[in-house]
Amino acid sequence: MTDIPIIRTVNVKKIYRMGTHEVHALRGITLDIKAGEYVSIMGPSGSGKSTFFNMVGVLDMPSEGEVFMRGHPVSKLSPSQLAWVRCHNIGYIFQSFNLIPTMTALQNVSIARIFAGSSPAQARDEAAKVLDQVGLGNRIHHVPGQLSGGQQQRVAIARALVNQPAIILADEPTGNLDLRTGEEIINLLSKMKSTMGITIITATHDMKMLSASDTVVRIKDGAVESVQSRDEIQISVGTIDGKTLA
Amino acid sequence: MDKAPQQMDEIPNQREVAWPIAFSVAWGSLRRRFMRAMITMAGVILAIAFLTYMLITDNVNQALLGLRSDAVNILLQKAGVDILAAGATDQMMLMLIGLSLITCLVGIINAMLMAVTERIKEIGTLKCLGALDSFIVKTYFIEASLQGIIGTAMGMAIGFLIAILIALSYYHQYVFPNLPMGRIVGSLSISLTVGSLISIAAAILPAYWAAQKAPVDAMRVEE
Repeated sequence: MTDIPIIRTVNVKKIYRMGTHEVHALRGITLDIKAGEYVSIMGPSGSGKSTFFNMVGVLDMPSEGEVFMRGHPVSKLSPSQLAWVRCHNIGYIFQSFNLIPTMTALQNVSIARIFAGSSPAQARDEAAKVLDQVGLGNRIHHVPGQLSGGQQQRVAIARALVNQPAIILADEPTGNLDLRTGEEIINLLSKMKSTMGITIITATHDMKMLSASDTVVRIKDGAVESVQSRDEIQISVGTIDGKTLA
Repeated sequence: MDKAPQQMDEIPNQREVAWPIAFSVAWGSLRRRFMRAMITMAGVILAIAFLTYMLITDNVNQALLGLRSDAVNILLQKAGVDILAAGATDQMMLMLIGLSLITCLVGIINAMLMAVTERIKEIGTLKCLGALDSFIVKTYFIEASLQGIIGTAMGMAIGFLIAILIALSYYHQYVFPNLPMGRIVGSLSISLTVGSLISIAAAILPAYWAAQKAPVDAMRVEE
């Protein structure tokens, strides 16, 4: 069953009720994400991009339709199984890094390992190793407040990687970073994809992300507007698409 | 691991995190937010100090009255102790103590609920990393109870010291030879029990509330 997509969404809808008013954030999205792909989800704010991204990341449940995680219908999982999936299968990277401010870089990474069942001592060793890999070996005892934005995002990447997930879910990972640091983070993500075979799913506005992506999914008004592969993107960048989305 | 025919391997349940780990997370959080914790604790310290002071002062007064010495009785009257009514419970005082304890209970609940609101994103993030509700309950419960229990201990020490110092200022040399140690230990245990019960009662609601936060709250943009 190796050709089961790592994530499949089938007619996913999300309806928010605000008083008597219904907001259709997603109007039925069907999409397959293959293992080892680098997928960028793009779309203007209010397009439903974030809502869809949260569904794919098992953070939110659809009102209708189903999300399948390696063939498992997510809505059928118990809260404890959902926690297991988030812990072992998905690494999350956030726009504002979301490090725990009271914990050092090392503790921020090792807590994820502890949730996965490691002993604290083991978790510390493994966390230190991963922090070293992302180039922060000498800053492991700093708290987030003592680190730059780029460094904080590296800690967050280390935290996302430490449980060796199949999927990395990155929400605007370059949104709070300057151009160069943003590029470094994108390179780091691409490297993870190519060396570890991790599926990368990002929600982004960042055009730089496109060149790293295998597939770009554009969301508009709660529906998929287009799904482009890398070759198609190369052609369209710099033309109309490039100008409107940059 | 057995495999269902149409699916990848079964998804297991997430493991529980042990109490000692929750404790170290809660302790770390308290240490880094020391000033905030001190302010929350101040309410407990004051209420328990007041309770302890009242109980110990009464213990000392009772012991001195028991001496039936004219010299001591004059000192007691000077200190404002109603010798004739001694031994009867003072309703007014009980009410004051009760009020101060309720204020302290509401104070901790309020402070902890604010802490939860401030840290919605943090809780969401922990859940994204695989934290179960039970882990969130444990850490917030430990954090609130620790503040309550440390506050109780400090309040007991302060209340005891003030009671003894004030007694010394009125009754001088009569205090130490006549300290009713048994009753004082009894009073301190009452303070400890009341303080701990209040702290734990105040910790339950915020901990439960914290655990209700969803992983998707980690995605909130505002900081």
